[in-house]
Amino acid sequence: MNDLNTNMIEKYRNSFLNEVEANVEEGEWVKMCMQCGVCSGSCPLGNAWEHPPQELFMMIRAGKREEVLSSDSMWMCTSCYNCIVRCPREVPITHIMHGLAHYARRLGMEPKEQPTAKFAQLFWDNLMKKGRVNELKLGIDLYFKVGEGMKTALKNKDIGIAMWKAKRMNPMEFFGGHAVKDLNGFQKAIKKAEELEAARLDKHKA
Amino acid sequence: MATREYSFYPGCSSQKGASSSNYLVSVETMCEELDIKLNTIPDWNCCSASIGYAGGGELPRLTLSARNIALSEEHNPDQEIVATCAACWLSTKEAAERLNDDPDMMAEANIALAEAGLKLTNKTPIRHMAEVLVEDIGFDAIAAKVTKPLEGLKIAGYVGCQTNRPFGIAGESFENPVYLDKMVDALGADSVPDYEKKVQCCGGALAFSEPEKSQELIKGILESAYDHGADMIVTPCPVCQMNVEVYQGQINDTHGTKFDMPVLYYSQLMSVAFGRSAKDAALNGQIIKSKQLEEIAGK
Amino acid sequence: MSDEIKYSGYLCTGCGIGDRLDASQIEMIATREGKMSACKSHEMLCSKEGVEMIRNGIDNDGVTHVMIAACSRRAKVEAFNFNDVAMTRANLREGVIWVRPDDDEQQETTQEMADDYIRMACAELRSSKQPAPSGEQTLNKNILVVGGGVTGMTAAIEAAKAGYTVHIVEKSGALGGWASKWYKRIPFKAAAAGTSNSRTADLPQPIETGVDEMIAAVEADGNITVHLNSIVSKTSGAPGRFSADISTESGSTTTENFGSIVQASGFTLFDPSELSAYNYANSADIITNAEMEELAKAADGGPIKRPSDGKEVQSVAFVQNVAQSSDKKGELPYHSGIGDLIAIKQAIYCNDLNPGCSTTIMFDNLRTPGAAGEDFYRAGQQAMITFTKGIVSEVVAGDSPTVKFKDLILDDDAEMACDLVVLDVGMVPNSGPDPYAGIEDLETGKAGGESEVVGDAIEEAAKAAPEVSVDSILNLGYRQGTDLPQLKWGFTDSHFICFPYETRRTGIYAAGPVRRPMDIKQAQDDATGAALKAIQALEHAGSNNAVHPRVGDLSFPTFRKEGCTQCKRCSVECPFGAIDEDDKGFPMYNESRCRRCGTCMGACPVRVISFENYSVETVGQQIKNVEIPAEFDENPRILVLACENDAYPALDQAAISGEEVSPWARVIPVRCLGSVSISWVTDAMSNGYDGVIMMGCQRGEDYQCHFVRGSAMAAERMAKVGDTLEQLGLESERVVVHEVAITDIVRAPALIKEMEETIDKIGPSPFKF
Repeated sequence: MNDLNTNMIEKYRNSFLNEVEANVEEGEWVKMCMQCGVCSGSCPLGNAWEHPPQELFMMIRAGKREEVLSSDSMWMCTSCYNCIVRCPREVPITHIMHGLAHYARRLGMEPKEQPTAKFAQLFWDNLMKKGRVNELKLGIDLYFKVGEGMKTALKNKDIGIAMWKAKRMNPMEFFGGHAVKDLNGFQKAIKKAEELEAARLDKHKA
Repeated sequence: MATREYSFYPGCSSQKGASSSNYLVSVETMCEELDIKLNTIPDWNCCSASIGYAGGGELPRLTLSARNIALSEEHNPDQEIVATCAACWLSTKEAAERLNDDPDMMAEANIALAEAGLKLTNKTPIRHMAEVLVEDIGFDAIAAKVTKPLEGLKIAGYVGCQTNRPFGIAGESFENPVYLDKMVDALGADSVPDYEKKVQCCGGALAFSEPEKSQELIKGILESAYDHGADMIVTPCPVCQMNVEVYQGQINDTHGTKFDMPVLYYSQLMSVAFGRSAKDAALNGQIIKSKQLEEIAGK
Repeated sequence: MSDEIKYSGYLCTGCGIGDRLDASQIEMIATREGKMSACKSHEMLCSKEGVEMIRNGIDNDGVTHVMIAACSRRAKVEAFNFNDVAMTRANLREGVIWVRPDDDEQQETTQEMADDYIRMACAELRSSKQPAPSGEQTLNKNILVVGGGVTGMTAAIEAAKAGYTVHIVEKSGALGGWASKWYKRIPFKAAAAGTSNSRTADLPQPIETGVDEMIAAVEADGNITVHLNSIVSKTSGAPGRFSADISTESGSTTTENFGSIVQASGFTLFDPSELSAYNYANSADIITNAEMEELAKAADGGPIKRPSDGKEVQSVAFVQNVAQSSDKKGELPYHSGIGDLIAIKQAIYCNDLNPGCSTTIMFDNLRTPGAAGEDFYRAGQQAMITFTKGIVSEVVAGDSPTVKFKDLILDDDAEMACDLVVLDVGMVPNSGPDPYAGIEDLETGKAGGESEVVGDAIEEAAKAAPEVSVDSILNLGYRQGTDLPQLKWGFTDSHFICFPYETRRTGIYAAGPVRRPMDIKQAQDDATGAALKAIQALEHAGSNNAVHPRVGDLSFPTFRKEGCTQCKRCSVECPFGAIDEDDKGFPMYNESRCRRCGTCMGACPVRVISFENYSVETVGQQIKNVEIPAEFDENPRILVLACENDAYPALDQAAISGEEVSPWARVIPVRCLGSVSISWVTDAMSNGYDGVIMMGCQRGEDYQCHFVRGSAMAAERMAKVGDTLEQLGLESERVVVHEVAITDIVRAPALIKEMEETIDKIGPSPFKF
């Protein structure tokens, strides 16, 4: 269990809802859910969620911290925003799902070997290196770190070749590739943002 | 008519050798024809799309977009930012809104940007190219530019998610937007107004991490287009285009289907209808070629 | 003034009547057969000139009886308003030309219809007298309000503001009732228009009760007299001349006279002591919602402390819907409706007064009625109240009471230990004993619905009851019991579909939670309405005419004493308890209690009860004066006795909508099916009518009858007609009773058509001449 997690448990001993309000992106909205379930019915991967959004909200209110944060469910979000536009209470559900996923990841509680969790992290790490996404490296990382290694890679080989033929994939990207020119400034700015955000969470910790 | 100028945010996937490079080529052709000048934001960075959330917290992600907007404000002052990629547009617009609504977050974003010597004013409208076409140019002007009508083609307009939700194009419904159909009609082709899957999710980034679940969705999108007798699908979103086009082989393998449905960008249709070559329309960028479009372009 | 009688007819030839019908033939029938001294025509009788023509006849030519042949009696009532004569109307427009096709083939039967309606109106007129008030009634601008809670005080303040004097009789030692114990009340206004869905939106919050201000206003009002620690030990009389004994706890009694009465006796909270699952009796920290109010009020802006040990409350569970909407014995079969609003209100108290308090509302079906409803729910969400959808199986008493429940969203069995558990218990009306208690299914007219049985049961109940029932609220000295009749679950009958506040005792209006469960706002609105009704009742009594629904009617029932057999049917069957009995058992009418429905007239086996303009004779003569064609003509005749409140308007509307009505139908409006005398039916059959249709209102639990039981009475009485028909050798299908709603515009004519087909099938009446 990481330190932040221990601290948060201590601080919000009584209310996971308060913890979510304070620390999760758009978490203040969780209380406004009226449990109609339109979000769950609107989700394209609805049947893949062990706990659909409205149930996650109810679990948060019921204090089921461990179950929520270690859940696979919010990692099923495809960011299609269907739930947001249909929610009669205008709860920003998509963002809360992203926020819960991020918070779980930050606390080290995301399910292990969760493919989207891993891919999403790879994506972030990838873009942080050069300021822009290197699709080739991301793809290679994806299939060797997330998927089932060579088997997946071979399965997708045809796609890769087709993309390359259509000039929509460039093997040369492996060596360098696109980047922002002011990479130093870019990385310093994002680092600062990360520090500011961590400080905000630290404040809650106290 | 005076040239329209916009501050352009092309996004990672449109870069040379990247997955939607054909989108950019055709957009450039289309804009030449419509007298639109795109001034690329110098040194733009990735927006982190909607999958950066695992590693990136709220503020770092907002800062990514804040940097792009700040750069645009500095180098392309008074120009509206236009994105062609749905995710780029959504992330940037969302960031602009949220920073406007939350002064604390805005202050912190500016502290972070100061590290790169930038400052965000955040007064710039963030628009999608589809908005520019629908609102600034208009269907009539588009139709007037057509020299090679796409006659006889039945094209299913696949709007997808992020060009449509949560912002969408003004005046359109989330459940049944019609601008893409109108665009198809303006180019002389036949739209499929009752295409059931026009706003169905393709799985987005989860096509990579949850391929089976996503391909299930993609299969539905293709099937419905086939059922309506569509010759091809048109979309405004790079993720939609790629997901729906490139996995057809795998879907055929898994489900025993025989999908072979070209998936194009609206900009490619326009480039051809406006009389430009297959190359200018980046038809060579198709993995599933559209022979019908190539024929019209070759006429 | 001369006593000479002069009948005169007036025919309108407007609205197409003159084009479709032979006016000279009508005039001839009116004068020759109808015995009118004259029959004058006007091309637009309802115009100023037309009305002047009639007026002139009354004022200058000595006309005492007016027959108007024009549109339906429901149309142009302001124009044809001649209170100083007897008047009848022949319905040639809605009754004839609008329901018959305009073609030559139909012309003969259409004219026959018109001719008959003229004969009928003339015959009716000849047996009518001009209604005149008895002079029995008086104007008394004093109103009795029973109950000094929010409802009673509001009724008193509103009536006093309108210039009437009021006496409030309050059983307890203080005004204010339940609401004076409340900390705050449920808001009653929605959020401002355009309020967003945002988390920080400005939403309705609990508001001050305002009860102290209300008490001060009552005490300061010179028009209001308050009797505390008092009850109404006896009430007699009628609207305009009620007399009430007000008795104090100490035994002294004063008598006051009143014009009308508002009963605002309120509610008692359901007592959960007997519910074993909730352990209410076994823990001081398991309390009712009313007790929660008292805790919050006692906290006086500081933190709420729990009763057992005074600990500041840090966690509360609200258990909703306790013993409500239940089919279990000893629980409430209905839901009070406002319990969830109360819980949200009290949960917000906890949030405000006890910062950091964890508050959970456990609901099954969350109901938030009223203007603030959904917004108030959102206000609760803003306040971080946890709304848990679940079913509570048990509340365990202990240091911290524990709620065991099934979470229906998470499909989990869970439990929660709290400092305080609040039970949402329902409201039980403070009604007096139901006069019709023990008469099962009174309204359905089924078991025990026989009028004799009703009478016996009332007498039994009266014998069994003590002199002054401790439970009685009003102690009415009425023939039919001491208190207001109830509809369901002990709530006072007040027909809230159409006529709120109306009870079955004229001039006595029930308001507030005795009528149905409600909150402060609803009770205030209710009280205002009841005060207005009370004012209306005493004013009408003062001017000698009827109240709703025959507002302004000057006729009233009288009986021929020498013919009366003292059978008591009239006094038992009157839906309004208007008729008492003298010591010899003769009926004693209380004119201003009477709604003029004629149920007594229909009940009387010896036909001695009548109104000046509505009697066995006025209708009987109409029936007899219809020309019955000979058997071989194949022109049947169908008598339709249509209730004037629903069926007759439905037929009028059918005419307006262009529906056709059978040309064989002859429709007579009746005040209520309850007023229908069996003799009308038997007379019609023996006169050669081929069928009789009675159209009344819906009966039973959700009755639509304006006079409560008229339709049910008719159904009961007609059930016996079968025997009579058999004796006459007639098929029972020839007489039918239908429930017709005012909206049955297509159905009402279709029912007549149905009878036409029946007659086709079974053949004409053998009683034709």
